[in-house]
Parts: sequence; structure tokens; C-alpha cells
Amino acid sequence: MDWVNTIVSGILLGGLYSLFAVGLSLVFGTMRLVNLAHGDLTVLPAYVALLMVGSAGRFNPLYAIPLTMVVMFGFGYLLQRGLLNRVVLKGDIIGVIVTFGLSMVIMNALQQGFTANSQGLDAGKIENLSITVTDQFAIGWLPLLIFLLAIVVITALQLYMGHTKMGRAFRAVSDDTDAARLMGINTKHVWAVAMAVALLVVSIGGVIMGIRTTFSPLLGTDRLIFAFEAVIIGGMGSLWGTFVGGIVLGVAQLIGAKVFGSPFQHLVGHLVFIAILAFRPQGFLAKTVTK
Amino acid sequence: MSLLEIENASVYYEHFQALYDINLKIEEGEIFACIGANGAGKSTLLKMLSGTLIPRQGRVVFDGEPIDHMPPHRRVELGISLVPEGRRIFPSLTVHENLMIGAYRNRKGPWTTDAVYELFPLLQPLTKRQGTGLSGGEQQALAIGRALMANPRLILLDEISLGLAPVVIKRIYEAFPTMLENGCTILVVEQDVQHVLTVATHVACFLEGRIALQGVPSELTGDQITAAYFGV
Repeated sequence: MDWVNTIVSGILLGGLYSLFAVGLSLVFGTMRLVNLAHGDLTVLPAYVALLMVGSAGRFNPLYAIPLTMVVMFGFGYLLQRGLLNRVVLKGDIIGVIVTFGLSMVIMNALQQGFTANSQGLDAGKIENLSITVTDQFAIGWLPLLIFLLAIVVITALQLYMGHTKMGRAFRAVSDDTDAARLMGINTKHVWAVAMAVALLVVSIGGVIMGIRTTFSPLLGTDRLIFAFEAVIIGGMGSLWGTFVGGIVLGVAQLIGAKVFGSPFQHLVGHLVFIAILAFRPQGFLAKTVTK
Repeated sequence: MSLLEIENASVYYEHFQALYDINLKIEEGEIFACIGANGAGKSTLLKMLSGTLIPRQGRVVFDGEPIDHMPPHRRVELGISLVPEGRRIFPSLTVHENLMIGAYRNRKGPWTTDAVYELFPLLQPLTKRQGTGLSGGEQQALAIGRALMANPRLILLDEISLGLAPVVIKRIYEAFPTMLENGCTILVVEQDVQHVLTVATHVACFLEGRIALQGVPSELTGDQITAAYFGV
């Protein structure tokens, strides 16, 4: 029963990782930008929610999620149009340097504004509610909610990419940016919408994670690495692949923690990632062909 | 007023000058052919018209509006569509989706996906096929259909017969009258002059970045064209 518990918890944790990772994948897919600030941009929404909950009296932070999504959508659009559009297609290294700098700016701004102390969002009873399956095995409501939301979000993104005009434009721009421009697509706008959608998606996971555990300004680095690992394990360019990648990583981490003790949780996750990179570098469900 | 006027345009790639003082007028309803050898500046002309290159000197005026500094997507909005050299079909989109991308700007006009399938029936059975799995002729038909989906007033065709079988080239040129009937002026760039001179209403022959000869094809002799083409 113990093992079932570990694996189920790992799968649920993987749902969270995939929720962070699809944003990274979307941005890389549409504009080939390796966004090193992505982790910090998953931490930011928790603070946005904290501000809302704090300023509007004590209302439940779960209600802050939709509003945070709107705020992060707008922030993503402006961030891309104002700054990151300048580095797209200018070569990998410039994008890496600028987003690394952006990561520093976000971390330090959060420390300046909210101190380096851990903060929490209090959602009341739901935090401790769980479904009891047997005496030794229970599933928490919040992890389950995150997992189900990950499925909903990926399904929605898949439909958005496949069946809307903007989704088509994302794919066309990703295929051939110059040709897309010649067909009438304003690539600056499309990139900005891609970033906005990516941040909208990560705000869901970001705020719920803020409810489930505490958060602090420097958490972003770990999340960036987990998101990268999930994307690569699953295979570039496939949203469901990223979902699978997140689950593989989550299960690997929790098995590692169970077998070797909790200090080894992240290490075992990284080792599994490296093993997959060595034996199946294209990931499990790769779609994009490396040129 | 002409549909398109190019006045004293000079275009450079960095330090290399590709076009020298080009003057051109294209009237509504024409089939305007630009011919010339490899490197004569024909494709550069289309890049300037579609917005990939900006002339260092001179002006480009479309329907009375200067467009030489306008980004490509705005030109599509005004009604200039390009069929790029090498077709540039989006590989991860289906044939139908490639056509839909052409309609991205929502310009009003007669062209719909159904009208394109009617013009090029060979595309009809391929609608769900990925853009990569097409033959050269199918890709070319798709590229033209995609450009028509923008309901252009001026369509720019870059080397559409390159690498295609004569029978396929013939079928593509047969689509020209339908395009004209639907209010679309045609500017076609070709290295292969055989086909294009039979349909063109006006021809400009490019030689080393300059227009060496211009006129109505029926009024020009074969020797004149050969001389302008090869610069002998």
C-alpha cells in the first residue's frame, strides 16, 4: 500500500510539473526562445494572488486564480512586446542572457517587495481535505485538483492549437517565421500572445502551489529545471508528451525519496532525466524533428 | 492612376546593390511579367514589394499609398500577396490549414477554400494531408491558393514554374484568367520565358539590376528579348 501511495503521489506531483512545463514548451515551440526566467514567472503569480487576497480583505485565494490569470496574461503580452520580441531570432545566446537577467530582476524584485521569508496563501479547509481510499492510503484534494486541472489545461491548449486561428498562426510561425509574415501574420503580436497564454497557464499551477505549500522568491530555479526536464523527457513539441514527462519526473522523485530518503528526492529525479537523455534523447512522444 | 508604381527604387543587400533606379507601372487587370537571368534582380523586386527588403532610395506606391516602409503583414492587408520562391508551404499544417493561413487578415473578396478547390481540383482530395507530403505541382497549386485566400488585388508569383513538369506548368497558367476575373492583377517573375510570354500583357526584362527592355510582348521581337535577357 505504501508503494501505491508513493506512485499515486508521484503521478499527482507530475501533473503539477507538467502544468509549469507546458508554458515553457509553448514559448520554445513558437519562438525558439529558451526562457530562463520561466521558473520565476511561475512564482510570480503566487505573489500576485497574495497581493489581491491581502488588499481585498481575507477572501479565499482560490477565487484569486482567475483574476491572477488575467493579470499574468496581460503581463506576458507586455513583457514579450516590450522586451523579449527584441531577442527572438537573434540567436540562442542573446535570448539566454536576457532571460537570465530577467530571472535575476524578478527574484530580486520579489525579495525587495516581499522579503525572502516564506509566505503562504490560506484557502481554509480544502488544504487538508482528502479522499480516504483505505486506512493507509488517502489522496489529498488539492494535489488531485492540480492534476485534473493539468489534464483540462492541456486538452484546452491542444484544442486551441489545433482549431483556432491563433493556434494555426502559432504553428505557422513556428514552421517558417518569414513565410508566416508574408502571409499577413504579425509575428510580434503572435509571439506576445504565445507568451501571454504561457503565463496564463502557469498562473494556475503557481497560485495553487502557493496554497498547497509555502513559497519564497528563490523557488523559481528548481521549477525551471523541473519544467525543462518534463519537456525533454516527454519530447519537444508534444503537449501530452510534456504531461507524460512531468509524471515520469514526479514518480521518479518520490520513489527516490522513499528508497534513499527525502534529501535524495531531486537527485534521483535528475538521474532519471539524465538516463532518459542518454538512451532516448528525443523523448517519449517527440514531434518536432531536430534540424 | 496605376495600381502599383515604383519610382527610382534602388535596393541593396548590405553593400551590394541589387536594383538600380527601377521605374515600373502596373495597371489593374494586367499580367505583368518580369523576366531575366539568374541574379538579374527579379526576386529582389518581389522582396521589395512584399516587404522583406526596404529600398534605400525611391518610392513604392500601391493604389496611391506609399508602402515602401510598411511591414509585410500590413501589405497583405492592403491586398498584396506573394507566392514565394520555393513555395514555403507550412509543413506541420494540413493543406486546408495552409489555405486558412492565407485568409489570416480577413480581407473581403471572392476567394474561399471552396473557390480554391474549384480552381485547383487536384487539391480537393488532399485537404487533410500534411503540407510536407505533396508533390511539387501540388505544393505550387497550394501556394497560389494560399495567396489567393488573402483576396489580393495584386498577386506576386515568384518562379512558379521552377522544377515543375510542362503539363503541370500549363495547368497552373490556365488558372490565370480565373484569377484576373476575380479582380486580381498578376505580377509574375520567371526565368523560363516560353510560357510566360504567351500570357503576359506587359513584359519587363531585367539585366544586372536594371530594366533592359519593357513593352507589350507582341510588339517585341525575339531578337530584342534575347538581347535584353543575355545583355548581348
